[in-house]
Amino acid sequence: MSAPSDNMPIPAPGIHSKPLLVRHLPYFIGAAILVWLAATMRFDGYVHNILLQATTFSIAVFGLSVVLGLCGQINLAQAAFFGLGAYAVGIGTTDLQVSFWVCLVGGCLISLLAGAFLGMSTLRLGGHYLAMVTISFQQIVTLVMINAIWLTRGPDGVPNIKRPELFQSSQSYLAFCVAMLAIVGYLVWHLADTKLGRAMRAVRDNELAAGVNGIDVFRTKIYAFALCALLGGLAGGLFAGGFAYVSPDQFSFAESIVFLTMSLLGGVASPIGSAIGTGLLILIPEWLRFLKSVPGLYLAIYGLFVILIIRFMPDGIWGFVADAFTRWRAKIKAPPAAAALQLKPATIGGDTVLEVTGLSKHFGGLKAVDGVDIAVKRGGVHALIGPNGSGKTTTLNVLSGLYEATSGRIVLDGTDITHMAPHQRTAAGLGRTFQNIRLFRSMTALENVEIGAERPGNTMVGKGDDALTERAMEALTFVGLGSRANELISSFSYGHQRLIEIARALASNPTLLLLDEPAAGLNSTEKLELHELLKRIAAQGLTILIIDHDMTLVSEAAQHITVLNFGRRIADGESMAVLRHPDVVSAYLGSE
Amino acid sequence: MDLALQLLFTGIGIGAVYALVALGFVLIFRATNVVNFAQGEFSMVAAYLMVVAVEAGLPYWAAFIVALLGMALLGVIFNLGVYYPLRHRTYLPVIIATIGASILLANSVLAIYGPQPQVLEGWFETPGIQVGPVYLDSQYLLIIGVTICLVIFNFWFFEKTLLGKKLQATSQDKEMASLLGISVSTMIMITFIYSAVLGGLAGILVAPVLFVSIQMGSTIALKAFAATIIGGFGDVAGAIIGGLSLGVIETFGAAYISVPYKDGFAFLVLIAFLIFRPQGIFGERVAEKA
Repeated sequence: MSAPSDNMPIPAPGIHSKPLLVRHLPYFIGAAILVWLAATMRFDGYVHNILLQATTFSIAVFGLSVVLGLCGQINLAQAAFFGLGAYAVGIGTTDLQVSFWVCLVGGCLISLLAGAFLGMSTLRLGGHYLAMVTISFQQIVTLVMINAIWLTRGPDGVPNIKRPELFQSSQSYLAFCVAMLAIVGYLVWHLADTKLGRAMRAVRDNELAAGVNGIDVFRTKIYAFALCALLGGLAGGLFAGGFAYVSPDQFSFAESIVFLTMSLLGGVASPIGSAIGTGLLILIPEWLRFLKSVPGLYLAIYGLFVILIIRFMPDGIWGFVADAFTRWRAKIKAPPAAAALQLKPATIGGDTVLEVTGLSKHFGGLKAVDGVDIAVKRGGVHALIGPNGSGKTTTLNVLSGLYEATSGRIVLDGTDITHMAPHQRTAAGLGRTFQNIRLFRSMTALENVEIGAERPGNTMVGKGDDALTERAMEALTFVGLGSRANELISSFSYGHQRLIEIARALASNPTLLLLDEPAAGLNSTEKLELHELLKRIAAQGLTILIIDHDMTLVSEAAQHITVLNFGRRIADGESMAVLRHPDVVSAYLGSE
Repeated sequence: MDLALQLLFTGIGIGAVYALVALGFVLIFRATNVVNFAQGEFSMVAAYLMVVAVEAGLPYWAAFIVALLGMALLGVIFNLGVYYPLRHRTYLPVIIATIGASILLANSVLAIYGPQPQVLEGWFETPGIQVGPVYLDSQYLLIIGVTICLVIFNFWFFEKTLLGKKLQATSQDKEMASLLGISVSTMIMITFIYSAVLGGLAGILVAPVLFVSIQMGSTIALKAFAATIIGGFGDVAGAIIGGLSLGVIETFGAAYISVPYKDGFAFLVLIAFLIFRPQGIFGERVAEKA
């Protein structure tokens, strides 16, 4: 991991030489051809209906690929959001005589608001809450559609729904829907590589690590969920215009399950997979029409499909193909060279970077941390040590905001962070690694580090994705893994994963770096390399607070040591003096 | 006032069913950290098994035993087919798989039996007794009685027997339990069997009150889940109190506010709890562990 050229600046070639729109040109050309085909080819009514259904359903399933695929949250009410959009257009263009466009936008807004409300009430809690709440919401929407006859005309449904003036013929309307599909598909496809998309993937892979890397987990989940609802509403509005008739049974719980199955079958993580899954699950039942003659049979098969896909093909058809492609590309595509990493920790406060006073954390009657004071001086390596159960990791968790302090005050570089959420502390300049490594497992090393670099308030990274990639490459090169940037996390050894975690924290240019037992699980060579790395970090003036058992590492690397035992501070001062302190010796070796 | 008392009785009766299913949810959740979304279908399948057995000419008690044995078997199949292969994955795939299983069960029964709701006779010949202003339906009395007995049994089983303690140990720390020589997979298997039988029992008990239909499973499951949240997720007493309260709220809501939206009240109460008191009445753990 020690790369000799680390501090030699290498001219960084442009990472993406062409602008985004040019690189994606083939997509737009393909989309334009599809729209042209839809507008000019002659279909009979049956084929036309199937195409229209596939197009509108795909947009709804794109929503699931955002919420389930990117963000890892479940939505079992996509048919309800689809129904909200459809009824908005249905009731709006008939009973209320409003323009189609107004209704379409209105339906999207209603779905968006409903989704945001459901999300806000539930997304702080565990995933099964969301599953049940969305099922409940689905049932309520169905109940209202059937029973609120004054509004929805009840089980009979709404006929004679109008289309916009511009797309009166079914041919032109289909072309319009295909164009919408292409636009939404592009946005969803591109979303994964934006800041929001990366945040969603981070939340899906590891909520805790996402939080301490500066991502507002709750808000990210709400965005994903509301976006999914919005796409459901849009798809429903297009569907209503296309088929000119809506009724409650088209938007039942069973349809939500159909959407889910489409998404899972094709591959939940990508819009291409969504389109494949949707297409297959619209065509297959058409080929196997005889199944529909027995009520329940084809849904039973869907249920079986869901179980089998989850078990044997968790990434769906497209996921399977794409994964093979990614692995192949990581092998052939060498990552770009990077300049040397610059760390410029902020220096707003005085000499003391971190000042902890009277910090306590009680769990019921247990005083895990009890009135601890720590002052970490700028530019040094400070170690926090103590026997097992002395309160080290609890202290670290209180510092990074995973636990709320019972009492006491934490000041980071002049800012009181005592009551901040983890992502806010990260924004304030705190970086950390975990004892049990928490990386985003489905991403590449580079993508993991990019999330670190994206810390709000990171002054070391310029505008745009290229600057971000550049910064992340620098951090990876700094820890010696630059050449393997495009590989997935699962292909790295344990020691290297730890280095990636450190690179992720370094990329964010923190004011203070917290390392939680960085030597745990490393062999002796790796420990030496870690020691070298810590030296190179400290040489750039970044302050490090390290927690470890490893006495050799601590005594060599740290200038200052604080010792905890039974949740209290028993010694504090210059390293050698502290390690000879009689209380410390007896705490570690037992007193005679 | 008389009407209110009558509604209270009915509410507690129907709430007891929710409580039983909620108990099944909680037991599986504590053992596996997974919510079984097919829990309601256990009730539905058991009710259909009961109808089939009675139609086949079995005496009521024998049909009852056959149905519960069938449920035990379903618990085994469910564990081996749905949960066990995914036990090392995160909760999301498991949730989706149980949802798939729920769809599979409900629609298989629909494919075999058709959409026509079935009728199951009650256990007793006498329909009920009049006590003062309140008419006590015999089936509701039975439901309440069985629920009380099961709650007591549950307490005794988990607190006083060795098997119950092993099950508790498994749910609290699987690794440690296996180091102590407890077979974790056996314990989880027992939990699934017990939950399936419990869900089945609730289905059989409630069948004479409602119609035996395909939708009864998802309806009951939804209420039972709301009950577990109201009571405090993962808490046995909470599940029971939550179930009973929900039954009462729903019955009063249907009588005084609106019949068609009866099934919506559970949802409103659920949302209210999620917003204002997500830890439920008994304040159990809320989010997944870090």
